[in-house]
Amino acid sequence: MDQTAPEILLQVNNVEVIYDHVILVLKGVSLDLPKGRIVALLGANGAGKTTTLKAISNLLHAERGEVTKGAISYRGERVDCLSPNALVKRGVIQVMEGRHCFGHLTIEENLLTGAYTRGDGGRAVKRDLEMVYDYFPRLRERRDSQAGYTSGGEQQMCAIGRALMARPSTILLDEPSMGLAPQLVEEIFEIVSQLNQKEYVSFLLAEQNTNIALRYAHYGYILENGRVVMEGSAETLSSNEDVKEFYLGLSAAGRKSYRDVKHYKRRKRWLA
Amino acid sequence: MEGFLSDIFIAPFVSMWEYPVFLVEVLVGGLLVGVMYSLVALGFVLIFKASGVFNFAQGAMVLFAALFFAGFLEAGMPVWLALGASAVVMVALAIVTERVVLRPLVNQPPIVLFMATIGLTFFLDGFGQMIWGSDIKVIDIGIPKEPLEIHGVLINSFDIVAGVTAGLLVAGLALFFHYTKIGRALRAVADDHQAALSVGIPLQSIWVIVWSVAGLVALVAGIMWGSSLGVQFSLALVALKALPVLILGGFTSIPGAIVGGLIIGASEKIGEVYWGPALGGAIEDWHAYMIAMVFLLFRPQGLFGEKIIERV
Repeated sequence: MDQTAPEILLQVNNVEVIYDHVILVLKGVSLDLPKGRIVALLGANGAGKTTTLKAISNLLHAERGEVTKGAISYRGERVDCLSPNALVKRGVIQVMEGRHCFGHLTIEENLLTGAYTRGDGGRAVKRDLEMVYDYFPRLRERRDSQAGYTSGGEQQMCAIGRALMARPSTILLDEPSMGLAPQLVEEIFEIVSQLNQKEYVSFLLAEQNTNIALRYAHYGYILENGRVVMEGSAETLSSNEDVKEFYLGLSAAGRKSYRDVKHYKRRKRWLA
Repeated sequence: MEGFLSDIFIAPFVSMWEYPVFLVEVLVGGLLVGVMYSLVALGFVLIFKASGVFNFAQGAMVLFAALFFAGFLEAGMPVWLALGASAVVMVALAIVTERVVLRPLVNQPPIVLFMATIGLTFFLDGFGQMIWGSDIKVIDIGIPKEPLEIHGVLINSFDIVAGVTAGLLVAGLALFFHYTKIGRALRAVADDHQAALSVGIPLQSIWVIVWSVAGLVALVAGIMWGSSLGVQFSLALVALKALPVLILGGFTSIPGAIVGGLIIGASEKIGEVYWGPALGGAIEDWHAYMIAMVFLLFRPQGLFGEKIIERV
């Protein structure tokens, strides 16, 4: 990794999100996504990872969530009031948690819907379709099957491929490992890493699987209760004692047994 | 009692056998009426597919479109201009509906949207008649009405025109849905509107498009029904016949709407002609609903309705 500081693509500054006018979910989250990097958002269930991504892509609106404070900017432009459509046109697209493929459309049709916002003609879209098939050869095999009948892994690939068809510069990838076999998870992360290196796509990645996320990401943020509690480069985080204990299940003495987990006091102090 | 049983189980089949030409005439007449039901049902399917809204106002839209078309004709416009002008009215209606009715109700439960379309029904009924009056209007765009004789079978030539029009419309819609970018987006929205939003498909414009298309379908249906029955309030009630058609064909299937319409049309004509006398007549009025009920028991998603894909 080069040491010169790259341009910051996406900047989230002290963002607060309230659902349904009453439930405070994000309590001031700030993060940066530098160009060409993979940044991981880590944390347990309900920490606010998905909400952060949706606040950026502006899908919050459809679920009665609202950014009430703070600012989100992309390439220096404020984007917190843009529609998802406008954001996709600017190069930011989200791959939602749980895949969300269009079940009754074929895999190929799913991929083509990803190109909806593009105006650069059929030939460019065709070329990118081939590119997606090259990254995900399984999708080429299943191109004519209805997405609803494909396996979970294929659906995850379809969802990522569909996002790629928009020719994004940034993909907000939510929980790609969900419900998949470890081997498949590895395969998908491998492809993500390739896309990052070869297609220069930057990734903001929300993931519960801290272990694998820190292996592929350059930088990470740890969220708890709607706040960033720790951040650092992937190496720093994975060598941090607290992260090791709480997120990787390791302790100084090696893999920890659940029998002697008595860390609640330390954990509490850390959260305060 | 014996006479009654024979009237139901024997006599109809005997007369079908003895006068096959008459049977064919009844059947074809029924099928062509069915096509007209299909036209109305199509509008429902389009909107239901793309937005999950059961648009109760589809019947009122048929009446509304027919009123405008007839009104424009009366005002002395040539047919093509009246057609264009009413198409513009229907598109404008779609835009206004999206703005005023759908957008504020986004994310509400389906029943709320359903109620809103009931409101829309009353509004359209009232507004159309406020502008054009409540007298019965006649639409005459020169569709021939003389009976034609084909191989000894008498067929109303108007029905044939209606059938061909509906066929073209359906073929056009099928192509549109399957092979265009917008059509694909419409189906994507129908499947998962959050995901559609996430890939940058703007829901609002999709709704406007789908309501416009439904409006244009309503216009065609309105012209056809208006030419055969005259444009009057009862036109909106024809739409109720679309409900059994939908149950039969499936709420999400365009071919289903067509086939459902044909089945309902043909079976109610045959029922009326052959079994009507024994049962005291006017079978046509309730026959369709009976079929729909039987279908609900055995195949609730309809003939061609989309099965919900569930991975196990």
